[in-house]
Amino acid sequence: MSEKIATTGAKRLEDPALLRGEARFIDDIAVPGMLHAAFVRSPHGHAAIGAIDKTAAAALAGVRAVFTLDDLMPHFKTERLVVGLPSPSYKQDRSRPALCGDETVHVGEPIAVVIAESRYIAEDAMALVGVDYDVLPAISDCRDALADGAPTAHRGAPDNLLAEFDMGYGDVDAAFAGAAHVFAESIWQHRGGSHSIECRGSVAIHDPMNDLLTLWSSTQMPHSTMRTLVEMLGRDESRMRVVTPEIGGGFGPKLVVYPEDAVVSVAALLLGRPVKWIEDRREHFIATTQERDQYWEVEIAVDGEARILGVRGSIIHDHGAYTARGVNIPQNSAESLTLLYEVPAFEMNIRLALTNKVPVTPVRGAGHPQATFTMERLLDRVARELGLDRAEVRRRNLIGPEKMPYEKPLKARGGAPILLDSGDYPKCQQSAIEKAGWDDFPARQRAERTQGRYIGIGLANFVKGTGRGPFEAVTVRVGPSGKIHVISGATAIGQGTKTMLAGIVAAQLGGDIDNVTVTTGDTGAIALGLGTSNSRLTVTAGSSAHIAAKKVRDKALDVAAHLLESSSHDLEIVGREVRVKGVPDMKVGLGQVAHAVAGSPGYALPGGVEPGMEATEHLVIDKTAYANGTAVAEVEVDIETGGVRILNYVLAHDCGRVLDPMIVDGQLIGGTAHGIGNALYEWMMFDDGAQPLTTNLADYLLVTAPEMPPIDLIRHESPSPLNPLGVKGVGECGVVPAPAAIISAIEDALSPFGVHISRAPITPPQIVALIAAGGDGKTV
Amino acid sequence: MGETRKLSVTVNGTPYEEVVEVRLTLADFLRQQLALTGTHLGCEHGVCGACTVLVDGRSARSCLMLAVQVNGREITTIEGIAPSDEELHPLQQAFADNHGLQCGFCTPGMLTTMVEFLRDNPAPSERQVQEALSGNLCRCTGYQGVVAAVLDAAKRLGDGAKGVAMDGGKAR
Repeated sequence: MSEKIATTGAKRLEDPALLRGEARFIDDIAVPGMLHAAFVRSPHGHAAIGAIDKTAAAALAGVRAVFTLDDLMPHFKTERLVVGLPSPSYKQDRSRPALCGDETVHVGEPIAVVIAESRYIAEDAMALVGVDYDVLPAISDCRDALADGAPTAHRGAPDNLLAEFDMGYGDVDAAFAGAAHVFAESIWQHRGGSHSIECRGSVAIHDPMNDLLTLWSSTQMPHSTMRTLVEMLGRDESRMRVVTPEIGGGFGPKLVVYPEDAVVSVAALLLGRPVKWIEDRREHFIATTQERDQYWEVEIAVDGEARILGVRGSIIHDHGAYTARGVNIPQNSAESLTLLYEVPAFEMNIRLALTNKVPVTPVRGAGHPQATFTMERLLDRVARELGLDRAEVRRRNLIGPEKMPYEKPLKARGGAPILLDSGDYPKCQQSAIEKAGWDDFPARQRAERTQGRYIGIGLANFVKGTGRGPFEAVTVRVGPSGKIHVISGATAIGQGTKTMLAGIVAAQLGGDIDNVTVTTGDTGAIALGLGTSNSRLTVTAGSSAHIAAKKVRDKALDVAAHLLESSSHDLEIVGREVRVKGVPDMKVGLGQVAHAVAGSPGYALPGGVEPGMEATEHLVIDKTAYANGTAVAEVEVDIETGGVRILNYVLAHDCGRVLDPMIVDGQLIGGTAHGIGNALYEWMMFDDGAQPLTTNLADYLLVTAPEMPPIDLIRHESPSPLNPLGVKGVGECGVVPAPAAIISAIEDALSPFGVHISRAPITPPQIVALIAAGGDGKTV
Repeated sequence: MGETRKLSVTVNGTPYEEVVEVRLTLADFLRQQLALTGTHLGCEHGVCGACTVLVDGRSARSCLMLAVQVNGREITTIEGIAPSDEELHPLQQAFADNHGLQCGFCTPGMLTTMVEFLRDNPAPSERQVQEALSGNLCRCTGYQGVVAAVLDAAKRLGDGAKGVAMDGGKAR
């Protein structure tokens, strides 16, 4: 692929407005007559709801309405937000209501909404809404939830099993029966919330002239939000529009359709005034979806040479109280567990447990970091038990480049086969460990220990399915002004999507990125769209933009050839003009070309072409493009305090063809920071009554600048054969290997104490406890 | 409306005489009453730093101050940092050139905080920049581009970006 496929420079289209404070985020939208909503939320993990007394709240000056589910139900066609991805594994339907009826099943669940002239007044009134609660037993721990006789998260439910399924291939029993060694691990992992610095929000505006309901929402998926709301509200699609402003980070939970979207929409219709709701940070902790706990019981069977014969086990996954997305996270975890390695036999049982906590949906990585942690912990165990170098154990098991593309005997959630499309995993690992000084490390480690310093090194390989299809929609249009307009169902959440699309289109249409405008996240602008998730946009939207731009280019050249009385083969597009090659004076503006096909009544179009200088493309890509990489972390552990400092971090990665190195590196470093948080800091804590204990950013720790280590990025580029750009996704890749590499390094640093770690995150008090347990290989 | 007071304040060089509710936060005053929405609210607990503005040249969390507290003072917000509509402040330009922002939501607080920091520490070390940024949370960048941008800006300012007001407070 020598053809230039993207015009990139060291700048992003998004930046100037953001840097001047002129970008418009959801909370920046203010329209005349706008009212403000505040939600009364459950303080209990599980309770029956009796009478709700709205009198005092409604009487407060400035309050325009207090609504409960009873008030809104007559205006809803469906009672619940039906948003779960399909799966045959569901045992219970737990779609959630817009507001609680006679039961609340998690702290933070919305029970009533107060709408007032200001948010200040709405919050005053919120405190005056009286709700009678009859507190019920709550289930907090997902393992307890599946125990016999456990209280149920929902009244009247048979049990807490939301879904169960098995995954696997090969003769696992035979593999384990014939193995030289079998090692078992019990692993706990916790991911935590997304914590985009911008919380969620929505503004609903009903225009009675056109009977058009517009919902501005900080959603990653405006088209699916619209479909859900059209169904709930019984509206005609042409009378509803969902549009996203600038989004201050997404990281997964903003892909969910939320009760607040539905409530704000119906409230604007009922009150005849725009209604705005902006989530505050405490609400983000208790009402925005998050990832939480997975408990893994796993075994690995290897031969005498540490070659994997089989992997088997089970996962219990905390699903939360409702299905806000589906069974996809533990499905991703189980599915991706063995992908990097030659694993002849595999079997996993997955159970999703209902708990009285806010629903679980994907956070950046979506189950893949957990799979990576589990597999890499197993391989570290094999290395330790067999007295082998950890990198060597992996070398013996990685799928080699000569076997690509490599089909795994597994199916993705939509039924497509799982095919590792390209990559050189051993080379990637080798580049990372060389850069990190892996082979020399033991000598350095010994030397440091004589000085009382405990340093350690760890590595982790990962593979991440990216670019989930089936498509993303892109329209490319040249207007009579000569300006190029790109419209996509993609949603920009900070990852440089507009710059990416503009660069791909500009490469075909004159190379002037400043001549391109990009519209994303607006259901009024394009009919179809899947939005942002799963590191998908460069693969899907990028490919559609490339093809659409080529079609427009071909047409522009044909029409210009007609206008210039030339052959299209002799023409080129330079900047905003189509020129005869070598004769710069023979030219016609892109605007004139577009004008010529805009049509004039009674006159034929030039060259007999179809009208309009535009093309829409929805390239269908069903197969997943697998990005891969290797992380090596070097840490120092303070054995007195349990504090961990990451001294150096190497990430060798392969996301296929790189269009914009600056943006790719930024995604990887940002993802790594998130992964460091998952290894060491982020822990969404609940007590036994499912009461959240970390509800602000002082209690729940995000990584800050001083915690960041120096990071070396090593780029490999194995083009994906699955799309015309050869690209793979990168947005989530950084986060995936970080906890595995860092915790491997901590364990290595503490090897004199026989410490074995099988959890993430790990905190300083736990490290101190492990050291104190001393030398007996105890785990926490 | 609850109890109100008169407030005289200069924001980005423009004097304002406003009547405000006594409980109105400085952030909400700037965003809602003056429509300066570049100042962002990320937590309203004083932790994330996105809402940082300069009050008489010193960084302050506008979510933790009341509007009435800035009576008689000069405020600089993100909207007041660039020298003109055509030109960015060297720090803003360095953020763009070093990929110091992705979604850009935390960026206003980063910029205001670093304007003050570079004024007081014109030639900082990397470690000093990291420490100075420790009160500003970013979920996108992993901070490396931000740190690089601040170091780059320090160099540009040291190389004599003349006429750039490092105290904010530019007259418009």
